[in-house]
Amino acid sequence: MFPVVLLIVYSGAVLLVMAAPGEGLESGEKDLPPEVLAEKRKAYNFDQPALERYFWTWPKRLVWDRDLPAFQYEDWTVVEIMRSALPVSLQLGVLALGLAVVIGVPVGVISAARRGSLIDHLSVGLCLVGVSLPTFVVGAALLMIFALWLRAVPVGGWGRPMQALLPAITLALPYAAYIARLTRTGMLDALSEDYIRTARAKGLSELQVLLGHALRNALLPVLSYLGPTAAAVFTGSFVVEKIFTIPGMGTHVVESINNRDQTLILATVMVYSVFLATFNLVVDVLYGFVDPRIRVGAASR
Amino acid sequence: MNGAANRTWQRFRANRAAIGSMILLAAMTLGCFASLGWSAAAMRRTDLDAVRLAPSAAHPLGTDDLGRDLLARTLYGGAISLSLGLLSALIAVVIGTAYGAVAGYVGGRVDELMMRAVDVLYALPYLLLVMLLTISLGAWLETWHIAGSEWSRYIVLALAIGGVSWLTMARVIRGQVLSLREQPFVEAARALGFSTPRILLRHIMPNLVGPIVVFATLTVPQAILQESFLSFLGVGVQPPQATWGSLAADGVRLLNPIQFDWWLVVFPCAALAITLLALNFVGDGLRDAFDVKGKRA
Repeated sequence: MFPVVLLIVYSGAVLLVMAAPGEGLESGEKDLPPEVLAEKRKAYNFDQPALERYFWTWPKRLVWDRDLPAFQYEDWTVVEIMRSALPVSLQLGVLALGLAVVIGVPVGVISAARRGSLIDHLSVGLCLVGVSLPTFVVGAALLMIFALWLRAVPVGGWGRPMQALLPAITLALPYAAYIARLTRTGMLDALSEDYIRTARAKGLSELQVLLGHALRNALLPVLSYLGPTAAAVFTGSFVVEKIFTIPGMGTHVVESINNRDQTLILATVMVYSVFLATFNLVVDVLYGFVDPRIRVGAASR
Repeated sequence: MNGAANRTWQRFRANRAAIGSMILLAAMTLGCFASLGWSAAAMRRTDLDAVRLAPSAAHPLGTDDLGRDLLARTLYGGAISLSLGLLSALIAVVIGTAYGAVAGYVGGRVDELMMRAVDVLYALPYLLLVMLLTISLGAWLETWHIAGSEWSRYIVLALAIGGVSWLTMARVIRGQVLSLREQPFVEAARALGFSTPRILLRHIMPNLVGPIVVFATLTVPQAILQESFLSFLGVGVQPPQATWGSLAADGVRLLNPIQFDWWLVVFPCAALAITLLALNFVGDGLRDAFDVKGKRA
């Protein structure tokens, strides 16, 4: 699955962006002199046949030689740009994903344990709002309240912990809301099972029943949601990076696509796809650990 | 109205949140489209003597950095956002239904292959794909001399968003068709010698109305959300055209600690958020009413 996905993504990107008319080398204000353009075309291997360029020369220059420059910033190789941007987006993504789980799961558990109470209704309502609101609405609201009005945190930028606070919360909220919903549903399902009654009957405390017995099963849907979520958090950071002016991958994605910067598009698309495929793989493996039935099922099939 | 449809309607009517949302949506849609005659012109009228004015009697929602009336822009943007969402959802529903129905009905190797393809597409970076599609479709349109008007970007966006939003729909429809295929009435139709397209369209399709309606309703907010993201990132509609997303993006861009023009962000964002919330309520209500099982889109 893994190499197939990557190959399809790569071919798709080539077909979509690079096969579209226009080479994207000339995107400045003035037309380039013909000699300069010829040199540029040579530097990016446009003198070769398209198939050879896309499926041999560029991958080779990206992965082994690492000397392929971006169209827009010719002094920088694509690999250098990725190396500076990727850690920023990763930190933001990991932080946001952690926050989403840390907020979502407890809210879901409390909501299910106190079903029908005020807390439950409140959290269900908030979750619906959280799922429906676009990231930039949440981000803009947080920015206006905490950065501009209360002046508690910096408006944007990256590097200090305080600067990561608002973006991470913004990115985490919709997923936290969805995780809370999933956890609540899973807990309610689990709590109506026979083994919970057995656990209560043998005298376990309510906390032991909830966390030791019900939660383990309730977490299954959450876990299978985490793979796509990790991916979405990672790609969803486009918007957050724009609002809070964070120098991460998203900034480069938007810029490269707007300028049809072919080499940079290629690199960003591939980086994202590798991460997506890896996340999905990790979740599949983890799923087997949490739910033994899946391993047994796979072995007996 | 037959019995099943009647029961569905009864169940839907009992859901107060869904009915309220439906009325709100109707009012919102009517407001946005009925005012187009005024707002389409007023949203472009710049007035450099009335730049960045706070809400007042003359401009109920204030003005932007070129002195354009924000009420007109929000109404017009709403019409664009809503119609774009509907159009993309329609495209997604048509592709998804056709794809899922064929995969489910034909079955076997073909089904296996078609569904693997969907799995692979699911694993792609979604937003990135839409952005790539938008740019390359735009480039193609330009060479065919179709581009030029601001509406070409609108059509490109609808195609791109619709073109990637049909995956969940295809899965749901395939599952339904898979079980319908084994029903006696389909077997009877086959025994009578009807052609495959006829069986699909006349016998299977009517049984898919429930899931189609539900997922169409849930795809619309999804599509509006996608469009607003794209517009926010500057890959969406072309100015001077506007949507709620692009208006919010303009507002956020103008935010700074010295001049705090909150209305430019708050009103478009509120309109967008309320609409999305209402659409989700209606979609959930319909799903409960039709009793459709399956994942949210």
